[in-house]
Amino acid sequence: MTYDPLLERMPTSRLPSFSDREGVFGGERPAYAEESPFKIHGGCGLMGICDESGKLMSGETAIRAMAVQRDRGNGLGGGYAGYGIYPEFPDHFCFHMMYHDLAAKEAAEAVFDQYFVIDLAEPMPTRPVKGISDAPLLWRYFLAPDPHKLEMAEMTAEDYVVHTVMLINSKVDGAYVASSGKNMGAFKGVGFPEEIGHYYILEEYQGHTWVGHNRFPTNTPGWWGGAHPFTLLDWSIVHNGEISSYGINSRYLEAFGYKCTLGTDTEVAAYLFDLMLRRHKLPMELACKALASPLWSEIDRMPEDQQALMRSLRAVYGPGMLNGPFAIVLGFNGGMLALNDRIKLRPLVAARQGSVLMVASEESAMREVLKSPDKVWTPKAGEPVIARVEGMDWPIHGDLHLSASEVSCAVTGVENSCETVEVV
Amino acid sequence: MPASLIQPEFKVKIDYDKCHKCGRCVQQCGWGVYSFNERPIPDDTKCRACHRCVTYCPAHCITIQKNDLAFRDNPHWTPALRKSVWRQAESGGVMLTGMGNDRPYLNVFDHLVLDACQVTNPSIDPLREPMELRTYLGRKPDSVEVETDGNGGFHLKEGTGVSNNIQLETPIIFSPMSYGSVSLNVHKSLAMAAERCGILMNTGEGGLHADLFPYQDHVIVQVASGRFGVTPEYLNRGAAMEIKIGQGAKPGIGGHLPGEKINREVSETRMIPTGTDAISPAPHHDIYSIEDLRQLIYSLKEATGYKPVGVKIAAVHNVAAIASGIVRAGADYVYLDGFRGGTGAAPQIIRDHIGIPIEIAIAVVDQRLRDEGIRNQASIIAAGSIRSSADMAKAIALGADVVAVGSAALMALGCHLCQGCHTGSCSWGLTTQKAELTRRVDPEWGAERLTNLVHAWSHELQEILGALGVNAVESLRGSRERLRAIGLDEQTCKILGVKPAGL
Repeated sequence: MTYDPLLERMPTSRLPSFSDREGVFGGERPAYAEESPFKIHGGCGLMGICDESGKLMSGETAIRAMAVQRDRGNGLGGGYAGYGIYPEFPDHFCFHMMYHDLAAKEAAEAVFDQYFVIDLAEPMPTRPVKGISDAPLLWRYFLAPDPHKLEMAEMTAEDYVVHTVMLINSKVDGAYVASSGKNMGAFKGVGFPEEIGHYYILEEYQGHTWVGHNRFPTNTPGWWGGAHPFTLLDWSIVHNGEISSYGINSRYLEAFGYKCTLGTDTEVAAYLFDLMLRRHKLPMELACKALASPLWSEIDRMPEDQQALMRSLRAVYGPGMLNGPFAIVLGFNGGMLALNDRIKLRPLVAARQGSVLMVASEESAMREVLKSPDKVWTPKAGEPVIARVEGMDWPIHGDLHLSASEVSCAVTGVENSCETVEVV
Repeated sequence: MPASLIQPEFKVKIDYDKCHKCGRCVQQCGWGVYSFNERPIPDDTKCRACHRCVTYCPAHCITIQKNDLAFRDNPHWTPALRKSVWRQAESGGVMLTGMGNDRPYLNVFDHLVLDACQVTNPSIDPLREPMELRTYLGRKPDSVEVETDGNGGFHLKEGTGVSNNIQLETPIIFSPMSYGSVSLNVHKSLAMAAERCGILMNTGEGGLHADLFPYQDHVIVQVASGRFGVTPEYLNRGAAMEIKIGQGAKPGIGGHLPGEKINREVSETRMIPTGTDAISPAPHHDIYSIEDLRQLIYSLKEATGYKPVGVKIAAVHNVAAIASGIVRAGADYVYLDGFRGGTGAAPQIIRDHIGIPIEIAIAVVDQRLRDEGIRNQASIIAAGSIRSSADMAKAIALGADVVAVGSAALMALGCHLCQGCHTGSCSWGLTTQKAELTRRVDPEWGAERLTNLVHAWSHELQEILGALGVNAVESLRGSRERLRAIGLDEQTCKILGVKPAGL
């Protein structure tokens, strides 16, 4: 390892200089942006299921929910995130890693060795599945920050982990962190989602919350890391849609220090959640109202104090409003949030059966999984569906003190997004 | 020697076979082109091609043609330059003119095209779906702070949220044109239309006539270097105040209203003697730098219980740094006026050669404010030849919050862009104070035409937003990803933050 993330903290002078706006005109490609340098268009299918009682369900459920939505993808990306799946290591950070080659694995493991106590390192259990090829080396690690080094770094454990994610994604060539949360993991790759699910043997995992995704990109990125969900710590996001306001959303985020480098709408949605929920401390319900704002005609009819609140939300967060068709599911340790765009241009159906709340792009998924739901409904445009697991914490990482550029760097691992990370 | 070497620009042709000999052309022409001797006899030298006579001729027998005299070819010495030399050799003076820069500089708007949705994201039909243009003008906080009400609901934390913003129903306002440079009927038309459209008009630097008091909630009151008509009452009547530092048509110089246009009513409104030239100084004599501007901004706020204060500047080379300073000085909006902006009177040499295009100014100011993390602290109003809803959409996509229209508004009232505003003889009754001419604009008629124009552009903006697949104007604002350049050089594309078409 050339750079020491915590002691040298990636001196900015040694980072490549690369300006976003120059990039438009054919400047150098960022080192690990294996997604297209252009914005990727496409449609998708998604699902989220959460048992609010905390009861665990098999990953098979998620696979079945995605399998009936096969037509919504084209085999170029599928993935899942499961929560509560590692009860034997509930307090360890679990890193799901993708490596292009052994050199990348050695380099990444050197980082783990240096900063963490590794309690278990093992190849990700997989089985051969027809249709899945070109898989990278997949490993997982159950880690705890080295207590001495953590103290030396004067950071919270969450910050420490995100710094590590940032370091590996941006500096270790050929290594990518697919997920890094506690008691959760992301399983994703290039293929149809049921193939990906079987490949990762998901039916052997038990989780209280699952999200799944099926991708239909209009080009062929072919990168396993580019499949959904995108994750940071225990947040995961799956997304179906095309944000027509991407241009201003990304410029708005850049003013707060985020760097939108992957050209995916999902990245923008992830940063907006980070900005509103973690940094601006907005309640989840209001963050949803900012992202999928009510119409002015609706606001004008609200009671006066709600009018004042909604006017302010729209006037302040207008540039962050996600305009255009989307359905998003945000998973976290403690539940999930599903949100549709403001005039419902993408499908999102919800169902409840006892303590189980489920959302999906198509009702077929609920009928397949729930069998006899108490209620199936179509959430209204901009109206969030929120599931909370009883007794679990609210999902805001109170111990996280990251700057925007650090979040960008961690999520994308593109060097460009890391260049402004401040030297503390 | 002939009195002038300069030949008439236009030729007035009358088809006498069709002419009714009614004399209406004689009556309509404000420039005194026609005399009448059994039939109308035109004097070509006075014609400005404003088409007033053509429009009102009952027999449609008048036409105006260019006096297409051949000059020995010399691309370097255009006929216009030769005429300027002759004119100045005759007069020894600074050549005055009206309206905006007419030189054939590259027009950036005409090299930008907008996007539309196909397949992966749907376009939205504004005839069937809501399409929101509402815009809030003014300073906004970085974030919204809320408190829980204990029942699962939330309300704004005391003293936070968006306040002192002006609600506009569409992102168009009328640009400042002073009473004096334009007639009271024009001002009334603008004020009535502003009220009907839920937008704003702007007094310009000539004060607020009592007849406009009923519309004061839709009026920006301007404070310019001459301080004409500025009283505490004037400031308090406006919905917002605007400090005018510069104007796109004449950056760096003050205003000039010829004494001929200062009749009794103008004099009362401006608080100056009748018949004297109203000359506002080039700089504000209490603003010699940014800290002085800050003092004036806060003086105005103190005087009015903290109403919004904007600052209008001409788009010049370092406009980004100036705008940043203005925002930090406490302005609620920055009004950028590009070099094609109109004027009632300006030296032609200044109008045609100073300043930069508004497209560039919007792009650099918006980017600078974002780079400095202060974009939300002030709105950007863009003006200086917004000619259509397409220009408006492109200006908004580059980063403007609101566009201001002056020339287009005057054209809605009949202006034919003849560039004779400074003469005070406008045949259309717009830029004149002669009672026989000003009565040609009925404020009710004017307000209806202006309202039509604003509504038409708003509908077109809605169509554009629908094609772009967004249903609120804030999703276009600053979204340069939705613009592409055709035929602009790489450096200009970079400055605009716009990719070339094909990328």
